[in-house]
Amino acid sequence: MTSVVPPRVSDTAPGSARIGRTAIGTLVLVAVLAVSVALSLMIGANPLPWHTVWASLTGSGTPDTDFVVQGLRVPRTIAGLVAGAALGVAGALMQAFSRNPLADPGILGVNAGAAFAVALTVALFGIQSSLLLVWPAFLGALVVTVAVALVGSSGRGPADPIRLTLAGVAVGAVLSGITSGMMLSNPDAFDLMRGWNAGSLLGRGVDLILPVVPFIAVGLAVAFVLGRPLNALALGDDLARAQGLPVGAVRVASIAAITVLAGAATALVGPLSFVGLMVPHVVRWIVGPDQRRILPLSALAAPIVVLLADVLGRVIIAPAEVPAGIVTAFVGAPVLIALARRRKASAL
Amino acid sequence: MTAVDVGYRRVRVGTLPVRARSLVVGAAVLVAVVVLAVFSLGWGTYPVAPDAVVRTLLGGGDALDTTVVVGWRLPRVLAAVTLGALLAIAGALFQTVTRNPLASPDILGLSNGAFTGMLLTLVFVSGSWPARAGGALIGCLVASVVIWFLSYRGGVQGFRLIVVGIGVSAMLASLNTWMLLQIELETAMFASAWGHGSLNGVTGDALGGVLLCAAPFAIAAFALVPALRQLELGDDMAAASGVRPHLVRTLALLAGVVLVAAATAIAGPIAFVALAAPQIARRLARTPSLSLALSALVGALLLLGSDAVAQHVLPVTLPVGVVTVSVGGAYLIVMIVTEIRRRV
Repeated sequence: MTSVVPPRVSDTAPGSARIGRTAIGTLVLVAVLAVSVALSLMIGANPLPWHTVWASLTGSGTPDTDFVVQGLRVPRTIAGLVAGAALGVAGALMQAFSRNPLADPGILGVNAGAAFAVALTVALFGIQSSLLLVWPAFLGALVVTVAVALVGSSGRGPADPIRLTLAGVAVGAVLSGITSGMMLSNPDAFDLMRGWNAGSLLGRGVDLILPVVPFIAVGLAVAFVLGRPLNALALGDDLARAQGLPVGAVRVASIAAITVLAGAATALVGPLSFVGLMVPHVVRWIVGPDQRRILPLSALAAPIVVLLADVLGRVIIAPAEVPAGIVTAFVGAPVLIALARRRKASAL
Repeated sequence: MTAVDVGYRRVRVGTLPVRARSLVVGAAVLVAVVVLAVFSLGWGTYPVAPDAVVRTLLGGGDALDTTVVVGWRLPRVLAAVTLGALLAIAGALFQTVTRNPLASPDILGLSNGAFTGMLLTLVFVSGSWPARAGGALIGCLVASVVIWFLSYRGGVQGFRLIVVGIGVSAMLASLNTWMLLQIELETAMFASAWGHGSLNGVTGDALGGVLLCAAPFAIAAFALVPALRQLELGDDMAAASGVRPHLVRTLALLAGVVLVAAATAIAGPIAFVALAAPQIARRLARTPSLSLALSALVGALLLLGSDAVAQHVLPVTLPVGVVTVSVGGAYLIVMIVTEIRRRV
């Protein structure tokens, strides 16, 4: 368990080079995020120059451009920002908490629970629009994650991360089997699920996004407070306890934050593959092992990936669109592979 | 590389010495496989009593029983037993080499590669069984080769292999999702059913041919076990005792890939057997390391039992892979929970 988070963390003063890298990294990420937002507002089946976008945003646009910018692209961009930040931070929390750099928020059962609830809702009530499925998906993600935490925890307090990971895989497997069964025996459910599984920002209006935002805000706040305790936890349970850290409480808070963040994001946009797994790796390679930096920077970096993937999906096979969830894998995987090849694996 | 603790060190001392317990558990699982196989051979719209099944297998049954039991049902039961065993051995190899319980053909992208190959064949060539099997085989092997080369840097190291595998797997999964979105609903459902892994349409000839190719690699896997045990002590210790770490890892992964490819060509990417069987076996026997033989037996039992459920218990006929996922997952949950109870 030595190489996941190198032991040079906790309250020791970090080197000035590290602080410099963090500052530069933050500035670059903010700049790139701003460009991503601008691109997301400009590019699409009807490309608009920036001054037109700006005119519409400031209330002096034509009805046509207002419809495109305010009606379609602004909600879509907000959905990407919100879901991206939530997934990135959930992934960083998950990897810090489980001490497993392969851990994805989905492993706690979030995706399996949401997909199961969506398939069940469609099979039972015959709902045809994925937009009505936000709340069932959120509820499914929450319930299933709690179930995973219960299965994975011992009678004497919260689970150790290995067993929790296995419990997540096990519960997720049972549910995904049942979900597949429902899909394969119900053409309507199959048709809707193959779209939901792709993950997309399309058509998520402000009325859908707003109710989800408070959950994500609370989740992010909890996550940022957890940075320091998670650093201490990286030294091992015994050392952390010796420092006076309430290990059990930190674990419970981590699971709660991961569940709310990943559950809300998945409910909103479907399973965006790979964002929660990849972004924390990249951020860790920039700023080192300190969770107090990894968590906030993941919230900046993940929306970039989601927004750029969405923009790319609009232009690759225009006028048709490739769903964002499919593009994230094709953007994210090569980055991850390149980094895995370039760096020693022990740098993780 | 000690990135992920699989729990190898937590050896509990039960009532029996570890080795004796392994033998007892192994014998019990073997008996369960045989009993379940006999029942599966008799189960169906034309039921055959267990004693008649045994008589028929020994050559003393009447003509109708022989046709049904040996001609129709035996290939499928044999396929479930052998493919389950092959997948479990492959899973144990992957998990031992990478020291990560999540390392399995499903996670590493082999299953998604097979499904991609099958979808491409279905769209561009033909939907017949040999074409699909060939497409899956090629997809699985191409994915393995790509993952191998992308993770090769003066040797293949377990952790890098998994990260690259996850990356390739995610891309292939997205490609599959997108292809399923592009094709007709009916075709997509048909492809998806096969993509979950199914024993429908397994013939004795195909099974025999594939098993003949896989057998040398299965034997090689068992021959590698002593060297893999040395590797668990760390590369330096292993090298000191005359084991060549890179060579052993390469051979073990090669054997694992061939075994998975063989099983996938016949039945499609059956999920979760390779992941769950070694973990279930280790918990049953309470051994510190993954045992290939016990994993193989558990894998056989898992796939055989799942196929019985898929064929006879559920109200709708589903591909066996859908059931292996749920059955294996449910059993893993039970193991985790009982393990906790025992400790408290």
